[in-house]
Amino acid sequence: MYRYDEFDHDFVRARVAEFRDQVERRLAGEITEDQFKPLRLMNGVYLQLHAYMLRVAIPYGTLNSRQLRMLAHIARTYDKGYGHFTTRQNIQFNWPALSDIPAILDELATVEMHALQTSGNCIRNVTADHFAGAAADEVADPRPYAEILRQWSSVHPEFSYLPRKFKIAVTGAARDRAAIQTHDIGLHLKKNEAGELGFAVYVGGGQGRTPMVAKKIRDFLPEKDLLAYVTAVLRVYNLHGRRDNKYKARIKILVHETGTEQLTGWIEQEFEALKDGELTLPEDDIRAIQAYFASPALPARPEGDAALREAQADSRSLAAWLKRNVTTHRNPDYAAVTISLKGTGEAPGDATAGQMDAVAELAERYAFDEIRVSHEQNLILPHVARADLKAVYDRLVEFGLETPNTGLITDIIACPGLDYCALATARSISVAQDLSQRFASLERQENIGELKVKISGCINACGHHHVGHIGILGVEKKGSELYQVTLGGSADENTSIGEIVGRGFSAEEIGPAIETIVETYLAWRQDPSETFLQAYRRLGPQPFKEALYGAEARAA
Amino acid sequence: MKVLTANRLTNGEAVWLAADHSWTSTIQGAEIALDEATEEKLIRAGKAALCKNEVVDVNLIDVELVDGVVRPVRLRERIRAAGPTNRRDLGKQAERFIAVAA
Repeated sequence: MYRYDEFDHDFVRARVAEFRDQVERRLAGEITEDQFKPLRLMNGVYLQLHAYMLRVAIPYGTLNSRQLRMLAHIARTYDKGYGHFTTRQNIQFNWPALSDIPAILDELATVEMHALQTSGNCIRNVTADHFAGAAADEVADPRPYAEILRQWSSVHPEFSYLPRKFKIAVTGAARDRAAIQTHDIGLHLKKNEAGELGFAVYVGGGQGRTPMVAKKIRDFLPEKDLLAYVTAVLRVYNLHGRRDNKYKARIKILVHETGTEQLTGWIEQEFEALKDGELTLPEDDIRAIQAYFASPALPARPEGDAALREAQADSRSLAAWLKRNVTTHRNPDYAAVTISLKGTGEAPGDATAGQMDAVAELAERYAFDEIRVSHEQNLILPHVARADLKAVYDRLVEFGLETPNTGLITDIIACPGLDYCALATARSISVAQDLSQRFASLERQENIGELKVKISGCINACGHHHVGHIGILGVEKKGSELYQVTLGGSADENTSIGEIVGRGFSAEEIGPAIETIVETYLAWRQDPSETFLQAYRRLGPQPFKEALYGAEARAA
Repeated sequence: MKVLTANRLTNGEAVWLAADHSWTSTIQGAEIALDEATEEKLIRAGKAALCKNEVVDVNLIDVELVDGVVRPVRLRERIRAAGPTNRRDLGKQAERFIAVAA
C-alpha cells in the first residue's frame, strides 16, 4: 500500500497542529461556533445527538494491521470501545470529546491517517473495489488510480469549495463491486483492443433525495489523461453547478438539467484545453504509484484444497462460512475472506476494539498485512492462503466474527440513523437488528439466496436504500417513524433505482412487511436459481403490492 | 410545555438548562416552561450560554409529563435524553443503570 513520503508527513502534521490551535481557541472562547464549525468539518468533526463524531478517512478502504490497531486503540482510549465502519469505507467514532480530538489526530498521523476531507463541499475519500488486487475477474488494480486521485484532490485549491460534496469511485473489474454508477464520477478501469489501460467514465450518479444513475460520457479515456479529464469534469461542475439550492447542487442535477450531450460537450471542450498539458500523468509516476500496490509475493500453497476438504467434512459451520464468506482469488492457492460485521442482532458496521485487534492480528499472521473495508460495511482479508482458511475461521469464531452471511438478507447496509445522527428522521439500526433476528436461520437465508437490504434513516440515503434489492427509507410522519419500501434497486454494473412499492409502514409493521415481500418472492420465483432481483425485474411490483396491500392494491 | 436543550462545547454531551441556569446532564433536572414568558427567559439564558461558549446547538423542545417524568415529545429528543436505543449500555441510560446498580 501507499507509504507517506516526507511531504505527506509534514503536511498532515501541519494540519493537525493547525487544528489543535483552532480547537484551543474555540475552547478558550476566542472563536465562535459559527467561525469554528466550517473548520471542524474540514477536519472530519461533526456534532451529533449525544456527542461529537469523528470520521476518519480510510483511503479506498485499505488498511494495514498497524493502522487497524490504532483505530482499536482510539476506540478504547478516547471513545466507548467500538467504531462504526461506513458505506464510504471510512470509520466513525461516536463519542470523542472535542478536547481530545487533536490528540486523536496526532495518534492517527503516526500511522499515516487523518480525517481531512471527510466532510465539506470538497472531493471526499475516493472509494474502490474492496477486492482490488485480489479479485480473479480484475483487469488491473484500481487503487493506484484512487491514490493518484487522492493526492491530486487533497486540499486542491480550485476544488475545496465546490457547490456540494463530490464522490469518486474506481473499479478495475467488469463486475462492479464499488457502486461506481451511484457516484459523482465513476471510473471503470479497463483495457482497449490494443491492450492499453484506460477508463470508462461515468458522471452524475448519486442517491439522496434525487437518486440518479450516472451517465457514461466516455467509453475509453487513456490512463495518462485521468487527471486532465477529471479536472475538466470538476471545472465544468464548479462553474455551472447550482449554488442557490443545496438540494440541487450535486453534479447529478447539473447533468439532469443540462442534458448529458450538452454537458459532455462542455467537458470535452475543457479537456481539449487541458489535454497534453501539465496534468498528463507521466508514465514513470503511474508505475511508481503502482509499485506501492504491488501484490505481495504469494508462495505456492497447493495443500489448501485437501486440508479444506477434510476440515469441512468435520464442520458444517466451517463449510457454510467457506461457501459464503470466501471469494475466488486470482491465485488458485489463495482466497479473499469477508469478515461479516453483521452478526445476528448486531448493528451493521460496528466493530469493537477487541475485534479490530483480532482482525489486525489475522492480517499480520495470515494475510500479508492487508485489510480492506467494504462499502457494504464488512472487513476483508484480501489474500489468505486456502490452506490457512480454517485457522482464520477458528480465530474469527473466538471474536464472534464468523457469521456466514455475505450477500444474504442479513448482510444489511444501514446508516447510523436516529440512534446517533443529527440529520436522521428515523432509526435504521433497530430495523436492521429486527430483520437480522427474523431471518437469523442460515438455512432460511440460504434458501432465499442473494438479497441486498439497505436501510437509510433519512432522505440523504447514506444507507444506500435506493439501490437495495429491498430498500427501506425511514422518515418521520406525525411524530412517528414511518418506513417506505423500494424494490428492484441495484448498485452493480446494471445499476437501477428501486421503485416505491406503496404506502409506508410503522416501526412495528416494517419487519412483517419485509417477510411478506420475501415470502412473495419465494412463491413466485421460477426456481431457486432465480434471485430476488431477477424475479422482481421479471415480475414487476404487482405481486408484491398485492401481497402487501391486498384489495387496496387491486383497486389502485 | 418546553425545556431548553444543548450540547456541551467541550465534549458534545446532551444537556438541559436547569432553574439555576446551570446545564444538567439529565432531562429530569431541566426547568420546564409552561408559558411564553418562561420560554423567553430560557431562550435568553441559552443565548447567553452560547455567547459564553458553554454550549452549542441550543434548542427549545416540546416535552410532556408522564407519571411525573419529563418525556420529550419527539423520538429524536427521547433518544438524546436516553442514548442509542440499540445500546442500553451507552449514553444517559447507562449512567442510570450504574446508579441503580450502585
